[in-house]
Amino acid sequence: MTTLPESTQRKLGLVIDLDICVGCHACAVSCKEWNTGGYGAPLADTDAYGADPVGAWLNRVHTFEVQPPPSPTGPAPAQIVHFPKSCLHCDDAPCVTVCPTGASYKRVEDGIVLVNEDHCMGCGLCAWACPYGAREMDPLAGVMKKCTLCVDRIYNENLPEEDRIPACVRSCPAGARHFGDLGDPDSDVSQLVTERGGFDLMPEQGTKPTNKYLPPRPRDAQLGGCGGGAVNLAELAEPEVKGFLGWLDKALERIG
Amino acid sequence: MWGIMADGSQPKLDTSPHVSDEIRKTTCYMCACRCGIDVHLRDGADGKRVVSYIEGNRDHPVNRGVLCAKGSAGIMQHYSPARLKKPLKRTGPRGSGQFQEIEWDEALEIATGWLDPIRRSDPSKLAFFTGRDQSQSLTSWWAQQYGTPNYAAHGGFCSVNMAAAGIYTLGGAFWEFGTPDWERTRLFMIFGVAEDHDSNPIKIGIGQLKTNGGKVIGVNPVRTGYNAVADEWVGITPGTDGLFILAMVHELLRTGHVDLDYLCRWTNAPYLVDRNPGASFGLFVRDGDGKPLVWDRASGQVQPFDKPGLKPALKGDFPSPDGGRAVPVFELMAEKYLAPEYTPDAVAERCGVTAATIKRLAAELADVAFNQAFEIELPWTDFRGEKHESFIGRPVSFHAMRGISAHSNGFQTCRALHVLQLLLGTVEAPGGFRFKPPYPKPVEAHPAPHSKSRPDSPLNGPHLGFPRSPDDLALREDGSPVRIDKAFTWDAPMSIHGMMHMVIANAHAGDPYKIDVLFIYMANMAWNSSMNTAGVIDMLTDKDDSGAYKIPKIIYSDAYSSEMVAYADLVLPDTTYLERHDCISMLDRPICEADAAADAIRWPVVEPATQAEGRDVRGFQSVLIDLGARLQLPSFVDEAGNPKYRDYADYIVNHERRPGVGPLAGWRGEDGEATGRGAVNPRQLERYIENGSFFQTHIPEEARFFKPFNAAYQDWAVKMGFFDKPQPYIFQIYVEPVRKFQLAAEGHGERQPPEHLRAQVKAAFDPLPVWWQPFEQAAVSGEEFPLHAITQRPAAMYHSWGTQNAWLRQIHGQNPLYVHGSVLEAHGLKDGDWAYLISHHGRIKVPVARMDALNPHTVWTWNAIGKREGAWALDPKAPEAQKGFLLNHLIHELLPPKGDGLRWSNSDPVTGQAAWYDLRVKIEKAEAGAEVSEPRIGRQKSPVGQGSGNVAHGEGWK
Amino acid sequence: MHPAPSIVLFTVLSGLGLGQMAWLSLGLGPDEGLFRWIACALALAVAGSGGLCSTGHLGRRDRAWRAFSQWRSSWLSREACLMVAAMAAFGLYAAIWCLGGVRLWGLGIVASVLAVATIYSTAMIYAQLKTVPRWSMTPTAWLFLAVGLTGGLLASGAVAGLIGGAVHGWWTALALVITIGVVIWWQTAAAGAVRSADGSTMETATGLGFMGRVRLFEAPHTGSNYLLKEMAYEVGRNRAFELRRIGAALGFLTPLVFSVAALLVGGWLMALALVAHVVGMLALRWLFFAEAEHVQALYYGRK
Repeated sequence: MTTLPESTQRKLGLVIDLDICVGCHACAVSCKEWNTGGYGAPLADTDAYGADPVGAWLNRVHTFEVQPPPSPTGPAPAQIVHFPKSCLHCDDAPCVTVCPTGASYKRVEDGIVLVNEDHCMGCGLCAWACPYGAREMDPLAGVMKKCTLCVDRIYNENLPEEDRIPACVRSCPAGARHFGDLGDPDSDVSQLVTERGGFDLMPEQGTKPTNKYLPPRPRDAQLGGCGGGAVNLAELAEPEVKGFLGWLDKALERIG
Repeated sequence: MWGIMADGSQPKLDTSPHVSDEIRKTTCYMCACRCGIDVHLRDGADGKRVVSYIEGNRDHPVNRGVLCAKGSAGIMQHYSPARLKKPLKRTGPRGSGQFQEIEWDEALEIATGWLDPIRRSDPSKLAFFTGRDQSQSLTSWWAQQYGTPNYAAHGGFCSVNMAAAGIYTLGGAFWEFGTPDWERTRLFMIFGVAEDHDSNPIKIGIGQLKTNGGKVIGVNPVRTGYNAVADEWVGITPGTDGLFILAMVHELLRTGHVDLDYLCRWTNAPYLVDRNPGASFGLFVRDGDGKPLVWDRASGQVQPFDKPGLKPALKGDFPSPDGGRAVPVFELMAEKYLAPEYTPDAVAERCGVTAATIKRLAAELADVAFNQAFEIELPWTDFRGEKHESFIGRPVSFHAMRGISAHSNGFQTCRALHVLQLLLGTVEAPGGFRFKPPYPKPVEAHPAPHSKSRPDSPLNGPHLGFPRSPDDLALREDGSPVRIDKAFTWDAPMSIHGMMHMVIANAHAGDPYKIDVLFIYMANMAWNSSMNTAGVIDMLTDKDDSGAYKIPKIIYSDAYSSEMVAYADLVLPDTTYLERHDCISMLDRPICEADAAADAIRWPVVEPATQAEGRDVRGFQSVLIDLGARLQLPSFVDEAGNPKYRDYADYIVNHERRPGVGPLAGWRGEDGEATGRGAVNPRQLERYIENGSFFQTHIPEEARFFKPFNAAYQDWAVKMGFFDKPQPYIFQIYVEPVRKFQLAAEGHGERQPPEHLRAQVKAAFDPLPVWWQPFEQAAVSGEEFPLHAITQRPAAMYHSWGTQNAWLRQIHGQNPLYVHGSVLEAHGLKDGDWAYLISHHGRIKVPVARMDALNPHTVWTWNAIGKREGAWALDPKAPEAQKGFLLNHLIHELLPPKGDGLRWSNSDPVTGQAAWYDLRVKIEKAEAGAEVSEPRIGRQKSPVGQGSGNVAHGEGWK
Repeated sequence: MHPAPSIVLFTVLSGLGLGQMAWLSLGLGPDEGLFRWIACALALAVAGSGGLCSTGHLGRRDRAWRAFSQWRSSWLSREACLMVAAMAAFGLYAAIWCLGGVRLWGLGIVASVLAVATIYSTAMIYAQLKTVPRWSMTPTAWLFLAVGLTGGLLASGAVAGLIGGAVHGWWTALALVITIGVVIWWQTAAAGAVRSADGSTMETATGLGFMGRVRLFEAPHTGSNYLLKEMAYEVGRNRAFELRRIGAALGFLTPLVFSVAALLVGGWLMALALVAHVVGMLALRWLFFAEAEHVQALYYGRK
């Protein structure tokens, strides 16, 4: 049924911390690895050892360069931001409503957007409707693949309880990915979004994404010393410093 | 997996599908990080086991459950079409890739037939070098038993400056041998690190540190990876880190922000340095027992440094016991670095960092070290017997790797960084940089190098070690080198990792002598693990007048069809990392943590023969043990001459290096209850497997900090078998062995450098860190070659291994040259254009891309993406082979001629570290034409065919 | 967007066939035996083959039948349902007309409305996509309707002309003029609908605009992928200009001239007008896809 549920019981999703993502692609590859063996058809790679290898991936890490405007003290250095991107499990998911076969749907119990691969005819319209590039056609199976939020992990009683989280979150070395219920304002992920000013991607598209991104903290010149205010050595310097070796005697006496 | 849509709404999902039939825990080998992994296996329809999923082991001390991209892509490595299947005997010319598959018996007979006669006549005719393997404890032992002096791993190419500087100064180095105290540190400064050893722990640590509100400062010409998430980026000009660090040292000294108590107690800052002109000038003043002396302000006389209750002087001119004069190290240091040449203003332009920034960063370091200091209340006793109520924490930590080390001034730069750490009192302090057992370990606890080779006999001791003085050099009577790589000669006296990068050039030239067999394991010397790649290929294929190869025989072992395979005469196929035994041993490079000693194993979680048709491969270490027995090497055969070890697994369990100390520290003793020291336990491997393939034991709480001087730690280390007696020591700001080489250059002692090297040794072997302009930069015109060129290893790929990987090669299938926007524009280039990059040695054609978060005088690319056509079972039209490129072609082992008739080595004069980050280049727009990288090294025939078609892993069980 | 031949053919042919159905079932064209049979068969064949083409790009053609299920929410499903309904209604209308000689006007109106509604649904598949600003605008539906109906008129005219019947040249010319107006309207709106029509930029796509100017440093993979192949098609400026010129000349100007000329020279010219129109429309429809930019390409640095 490709009408969207009026509301979902929970809003499971991811919070991605752009401040600490080092761009290592761990999430993307572990996603590929889990999902090629998990939900639905394998995530195929065509011409895998050839001139034009193309595979289906559910999570890809982009890297952007941001040029801040000059600061009062001079030009600001450019910054690099690593940017993992997968399905945002939107509240108002346009990919679901365009689906002609009913294969795409948003789950009532947790808000996960899924493709029932047994019903998908592979028309690709849902991928066109998604502004985020979150859906990819499997090149061999001919059905649409997308992030399942590891629906076959998060409730899986064959896994230890602590492992019932998406593979990308489980593997992320920097701890830049968080999973939880964004519909519950008291959940850890919601708190994180509030504290850090988590934002939506392309809010103007009106998709109301569930996943949120935490912005990079201020960098370089926008920043004071470690722990806040500016420091300089002149301030820290001992008042009696005249000649360094002269100071040394007094300093040594003090430590006894 | 879904049911019918019963009510016309949502499909019913099975949210608890079967995951796998069995989980086997082993150790990853997709890079040098050595994370614990849970390998999920499924029983295939044919009864054979399939690796279905690999994830991080949550209990493992290294990765604590997480896993990087390489680790998760391990399945594709394991099932790579580039896997070798059987031993290969060369049939075509070298480099052609034409081979005949042979049986193991024949392969081992050939190898024995080559190795046995030279062992009986002259073992040095064998050069045995290994790459990134993690079994150097075995390979070095084997080479020692064989008797050749020509053994090393590839550390000399890799990052020996870091290792040497660390051991000589602190008794341990960065690499993965220590760690920032991630929990407690507030300010973390990271120099010259892209993806490296300690891959996941750094990611975990930076994430943790930043989440806790700490600050990261990245010092790197390129702002990617860790530097991208750094709160502040210092886009330094390559090769100037030493200058930048010493300017911060200048600032700290000038303003009195140094930890005097720490320096007095835990460093040699108070040691008295002899100022009497002559052969002892600059050496420590010692008492009759050889103990260095300090001037005690309390007693007003010299005292041995380790006497309790000292109040040592840090400055002054004191009488030495032999009647001369002596000054404390600290005064020499202060005078040196307070000189105007080290002021921030004097260095700013060369470093590409403003003087204001240098001053502010020094202030921040001091602010955090001293104003945010803290104490951990825990009584402990130091080696002098003095009792302390607490550990003083200094929450500033540093990490550095090849970005500062792979320069011709790298040894002293790494030393400078260690001195900076010491001035701030942060080494081994809570919140600072902390060692992982078996480090810290002083030079005195390491062997000196050994090189005495005799026919039919083992070498006189371990090949690699730490020279204390020129007496330890590997020189013949006539001053000529003993080793084929010329390690431990005046060219590179402290080449403690050997100089693998010189082996092929020297063997080809027959300088210092000709060898007969070149035996290499797991090092892609014909490609990305050599400088001057095309030149090295020529040397490997060059023939003498009689038509014989100048390097007569080459044996190579690898698991995959790499470029190097094509240049071997005999190929011994290794297993994948899921099919083998390994031990990550405390005799070598274990997986310890700052608070725990740990080691690990690999074991065959699947059998090779079940993993592909016709697969008949053996773990290299087992093959080496077999060869050892066939060659009747001592330690590999029993008294009757029968093999002592069945295979590597048997060796891991039963070999004892010293009584009770073997490759693995866990579950020793007949009942498996002993730790560290204990009798052989035949069930040891089973115990490891039960525990997830690793062993871990925690350091007692009062022994966790200030380990070199902490009596409780020293006792624990003896109990563990790291040392046979406590080895307390203090940190060496002033390195006396370095001074001994300098003294020789000044004309003292029996062994002195040859005249042409005298000035270089005198300048380079400064016992206090100094900076000089990197050699290649000094040798070429800055106007002609205005740019620095460097490489970085991508986080999702590790050297050349990754390219055969169906998943990883989609991420990095080709590499552009990243160029600063201003340089691109100045050359009329834009993203996607092609350009020539030209050094004094060569010219390559490359695609360019813009990057502004880059030091404007630097260009860079990802390392080792470019491939030779036909290698790694890839389609010759693969982007790696067509568009990918190596910077290696531009780098020569030697500097351009200076006109003095000599060719000087492009390496650090102290350690011989290859200076591949010294490269200077210019860029020129390439005319329109084929978008193919140059140079083109012809195609090699693939002995394993070409990987073809599609991959859909998981199909088998759906 | 990737101009898949199956989709280009589908939209052009089905629009043409449905347009022809719409006119025929309203009573257009001579009420004579040969015309009845040829015109109705042509309309059904063209629309039907268009429909078949549309399955050409499906990953799983065996499941195409499922597309009839989601008419409540999906324009693609509505189109599929309406297409079948329109063809059924027109088929019945045509059968009664051809066999019985009677044009049932009530049934005709139903068939005509269904045919027009089908063209509209096709248009809405594209016009509904906020992700493709060049499509997501009012003129898109008018474009499909105008082109389809004019094409239908040309097709009927061609059949009539070939069998010597009246060709309604002036009406066709008028329709062509109106369509040219709609095409210019659409083209103008499309040219203005740069991807930022809804304010989507690399800065909003990444949320990093607060930091500064954003550009792509590295795409996730060095190779290509489905998203790039499907939704980041790039067509050269010169090539697009050429194709647009050829498309306009063949698709509208040539038929306009021939329609008027047909009145003087002979109805058979209408056949040439139809051929020119179809060729021209294939070029323009190819451009309709090829030039359309998808906002997700912002993540790949396509501005």
